[in-house]
Amino acid sequence: MTDPVIKAERLDLTFETNDGPVQALSDVNLTINKGDFVSFIGPSGCGKTTFLRAIAALEKPTGGSITVNGVSPDEARQARAYGYVFQAAGLYPWRTISGNIKLPLEIMGFSKAEQEERVGRVLELVDLAGFGKKFPWQLSGGMQQRASIARALAFDADILLMDEPFGALDEIVRDHLNEQLLELWARTEKTIGFVTHSIPEAVYLSTKIVVMSPRPGRITDVIESTLPKERPLDIRDTPEFLEIAHRVREGLRAGHAYD
Amino acid sequence: MRSIVPVLTVVAGIIAIWYGAAIVMNQQWTRDQAERAGVELQLSDIVVDTLSQERPKLPVPHQVAAELWKTTVEKKITSKRSLIYHGWITLSATLLGFAIGTGAGILLAVGIVHNRAMDMSVMPWAIASQTIPILAIAPMIIVVLNSVGVQGLIPKAIISAYLSFFPVVVGMVKGLRSPDAMQLDLLKTYGANKGQSFWKLRLPSSMPYLFTSLKVGIAASLVGAIVGELPTGAIRGLGARMLSGSYYGQTIQIWSALIAAAVLAALLVGIVGLIQRITLKRMGMTR
Repeated sequence: MTDPVIKAERLDLTFETNDGPVQALSDVNLTINKGDFVSFIGPSGCGKTTFLRAIAALEKPTGGSITVNGVSPDEARQARAYGYVFQAAGLYPWRTISGNIKLPLEIMGFSKAEQEERVGRVLELVDLAGFGKKFPWQLSGGMQQRASIARALAFDADILLMDEPFGALDEIVRDHLNEQLLELWARTEKTIGFVTHSIPEAVYLSTKIVVMSPRPGRITDVIESTLPKERPLDIRDTPEFLEIAHRVREGLRAGHAYD
Repeated sequence: MRSIVPVLTVVAGIIAIWYGAAIVMNQQWTRDQAERAGVELQLSDIVVDTLSQERPKLPVPHQVAAELWKTTVEKKITSKRSLIYHGWITLSATLLGFAIGTGAGILLAVGIVHNRAMDMSVMPWAIASQTIPILAIAPMIIVVLNSVGVQGLIPKAIISAYLSFFPVVVGMVKGLRSPDAMQLDLLKTYGANKGQSFWKLRLPSSMPYLFTSLKVGIAASLVGAIVGELPTGAIRGLGARMLSGSYYGQTIQIWSALIAAAVLAALLVGIVGLIQRITLKRMGMTR
């Protein structure tokens, strides 16, 4: 039994809006271990993104507790515990791909030589070697998203938080990136938190699938995947895969029946 | 090249209207002269005379062009009658005012974006400052500065800056706030401080907004410099040229100074536009 990387206990998070308080998360209990690939799936408004943001200290919980590597999310951020990947690549148009990957390194004060070395290494990891001198507009959407993953990897955070990173891409590119992401995860042994809308994506990628439901956002089911670590794309046609997908769908349906 | 025909058509139209208006507006003087001399006038005589009066109500384009030629090419640029000499006087005040105005505008915008108190307090004053007619405030600025011993270029530059800082403030506030929440969150996850967010994200993002403001600002600077020359009885500068022209009824001189100011403004805006194109292209921000 390894130490939990992320541990949430009775986590509550309420947004104060003009129409009164909105409960985004209610009584969320979850433990994520080192090396887990955890997907959060659920309909809009179920709080999956909010939970990811709470891990990253971008939102402040209003109740309960959450720890990252045994410390508060804020302290974990200062210790550069995680890289965050958003739905849009969000690369700076005025920087080259290398320049974009250097952005966090510059902010964190890495030396010039180390920046170069790291940029080369992560470009290799996301299969973009040779594209460092290109500008973002010269790359396709899928390549841009890979560059943004490289940027999140550059400073060696142990935790990679991804908020629907492939949501804006077409299915063919998405399949390809999913495969690459699994490969990357196997090579780097990072802990990954992954928000998605897609059941096949969640089942294909994850070791643990967290099914959430809205109003208030809460966890309805946590499914430990029985799939092997090696996963070719056609694993998605096996009965085992379909069974897990079925259980996810059941969990989502149960959440909906609630309201 | 396809746009040249419509442009020339419009120019030809304007010139035609200009000549027509000159004939109509200047004929009264021609008729009065003829009546006093007891001469009968043919239509052709009226047309010829209205287009060649010494002090017409409305000088015609070729008179203005001739005056421009005479006062730019044929005069030495050190001459008090050279428009290039006067243009340079106005231009130097414009550029200094533009630099002060842009600098002040950017500093104010940075303050407004980073400080809530400034956000609440400065913007209303900036807006109020632009509702005061510049013609009303220009003499006061000159008198006040003169009383503390500041004369010449600086007061004009300050009036010029007074007009040009505003578009820069408005544009830069919008530009510095243009990065979306995701971009700011991303920097937050890196633990970036305010200075780093400013230099690495906010400032570069604001460039398209800045340049748009600079184009408005440089034209406003020129207007400010010219207005600054009017109430002071200045004897140098395009504004002074217009003023002395109006004292002595030298309409051709007024018009040529006016055209010179317009050409200068077009040049300045063009230069800013060129720098904008080059900079934004290099930053990958042209769409």
